[in-house]
Amino acid sequence: MVRKIFHGKFMRKAILWSVLGMGALYLTACSQGGRPVSTLPTGSGAQTQSTDAPGTGGSAIGFIFVGARDDYGYNQAAYIGSEAVEKAFPELKVLRKENVPETAEAERVMEEMIRQGAKIMFPTSYGHLDPALEVAKRHPDVVFFHQGGLKTASNLGTYFGTIWEPVYLAGIAAGKMTKSNKLGYIVSVPIPQVLLNINAFTLGARSVNPNATVTVAFTGSWCDPGQQANAANTMIDAGVDVLTQHQDCTKTVIEIAERRGAMSVGYHADASSLAPKGWIVGSIWNWPKLYEEMVRTALDGKFKGSKFDGKYRGGLKDDVVRLTGFGPSVPEEVKKLVEEKKQALLDGTLHPFRGPVKDQKGEIKIADGEIPTIDKLESMDYLVEGVIGSIPK
Amino acid sequence: MIGELLTGAIRSGTSVLYASAGELIAERAGVINLGTEGAMVAGALGGFAVTVWTGNPWLGALGGGICGALLSSVHALLVVWRGANQLASGLTVMFFGLGLTAFFGRSFVSASVEGFNPVAIPGLSNLPWIGPILFRHDPLTYLSYILVPAVWFVLSRTRLGIVLRATGEREEVVFSQGFSPRLIRTFAVITGGFLAGVGGVQLSVAFTHAWVEGMTAGRGIVAAALVIFAAWKPFRCMAGAYLFGCAQSLQLVLQSRGADVSPFLLFMLPYVLTLAVLFLVERRRQSRIPEELGRVFSGPGGG
Repeated sequence: MVRKIFHGKFMRKAILWSVLGMGALYLTACSQGGRPVSTLPTGSGAQTQSTDAPGTGGSAIGFIFVGARDDYGYNQAAYIGSEAVEKAFPELKVLRKENVPETAEAERVMEEMIRQGAKIMFPTSYGHLDPALEVAKRHPDVVFFHQGGLKTASNLGTYFGTIWEPVYLAGIAAGKMTKSNKLGYIVSVPIPQVLLNINAFTLGARSVNPNATVTVAFTGSWCDPGQQANAANTMIDAGVDVLTQHQDCTKTVIEIAERRGAMSVGYHADASSLAPKGWIVGSIWNWPKLYEEMVRTALDGKFKGSKFDGKYRGGLKDDVVRLTGFGPSVPEEVKKLVEEKKQALLDGTLHPFRGPVKDQKGEIKIADGEIPTIDKLESMDYLVEGVIGSIPK
Repeated sequence: MIGELLTGAIRSGTSVLYASAGELIAERAGVINLGTEGAMVAGALGGFAVTVWTGNPWLGALGGGICGALLSSVHALLVVWRGANQLASGLTVMFFGLGLTAFFGRSFVSASVEGFNPVAIPGLSNLPWIGPILFRHDPLTYLSYILVPAVWFVLSRTRLGIVLRATGEREEVVFSQGFSPRLIRTFAVITGGFLAGVGGVQLSVAFTHAWVEGMTAGRGIVAAALVIFAAWKPFRCMAGAYLFGCAQSLQLVLQSRGADVSPFLLFMLPYVLTLAVLFLVERRRQSRIPEELGRVFSGPGGG
């Protein structure tokens, strides 16, 4: 009876296909590589790790970006940082991967870089945090520097800049330059980082121009030119004459503003070359110096207990965040005013969020005279008075 | 506010209109091309690239159309000449297009183009109320105004149109008249791809002046759905495309007016609207579908 079953033509084909299928599965499983379940070396790895500090002994440094390096924005800033690291540490190889999605795919990419000898990793996008935490658990000998995250681990620290400081100053400049008193902010999703920026910009603008309003448009995406074009055009039609944004790629909005005669305030990177007439000023990151310091700390084995072991936030005074230069159409008195306010920020006599700060409903969110901590700012979930637009509850 | 809404509807809807008109031609001939999204994004990149290289957006429009046509020709080949399942082939072509353009488009992310800019038509653009809404757009949008009447005219008043429609209804009749239904279908699909490509060019070279991978964000799929919603009639396709554009623009206008509606709900609006109208016309659809197309959905799905 067994012969009857196995001699049919169909049966032969079925067996052939299932063998091939299993073979393919086996090969794919093997090529996953780096999955820790396997083998002996992890044992000896654990031994090495207790004597060597995490981050030391590597031959490479890994950077992963969620987008393209020339997006005139977020990823471009991080990429420039990676180039500085490359120059400062020529004995180490710098591995880079762009367009890494914020999914388990990021885990795979990081594992691959670790296999190539990286003991220092820079996952640069907010959504790379969870994949990075997973990989960090499996590789205690690797140091992770995550950009912008709010969770840490023993070998994973997060870093960010208080970008809302230059954004506040940019708001001051915008508040002075606007003729229609309508400013526009194009953003993606209502996470605290984004709300913080909108609020800083609004508070800055209204501190010098109480009639200014900031219209917010949520596009739902970090870089969707179609939505950005829609939002920018709609805002300009409605009378907005200064556009700014919190998007990864900033080119589209700035070009549209320039084309339609509106002014622009930049973010993430200096895009003034795209708006020779309308550029006011921009807020940018200065990662190179910071990255070099972080890599140096890790290579010296001093990560644990350092200022980077935890949530590090660099400010205007640490030169981690900066204002770009002003555009040619900005008058002298505006430049002087912004410089004065910047000095006051650096001295500590001015704080963008010193209370009283009211939300759109008029409720007091920051008490009179209170200076909120960075943690309180990074959990912001409301929009201030003067912002037109709402966030989902 | 209505004025803003309608202007925004035309701005966002034009690229979908092109793709929808193209897909209409293909479906009338009996082939459904879900790869329209791939053709659109191929056109967006192709058009953008050619405009960057030559500085001439019209050449870009032609180039983009050709890219869309080339991608759709893969679908035509598979479905008409190899008998592949239309739905599977379309989706495969869509993913192929998305991947191909992501790969080749890498170096264009930071490029800038002059492209097509809004040109106010003298005289017409000063008409009360409708002037600013209709006549302050880019040249490709103006072309789209005459595209739909042209498609209607060709389909319903010319011999070519009758043969095309007959291929979609009863191909044996066409065959017995001495035409090759296969060639006609191939031609229809490639034309559809060309128009979808031009729609993509409108998106990248006229509307956003940018290229980012995946920038069509599902517009091609919506275009294919709109053809069904429109019961395969050209003017209804136009209405559907502008309805979609209106929904996209509505969410932004509402936000800028300070309406207390969740932005996430508003993002869904265009797609939910498309689903809703599809559902509503479901019953009427059955009787209006070109018969050969009907066989794609009910049978094992042939070419």
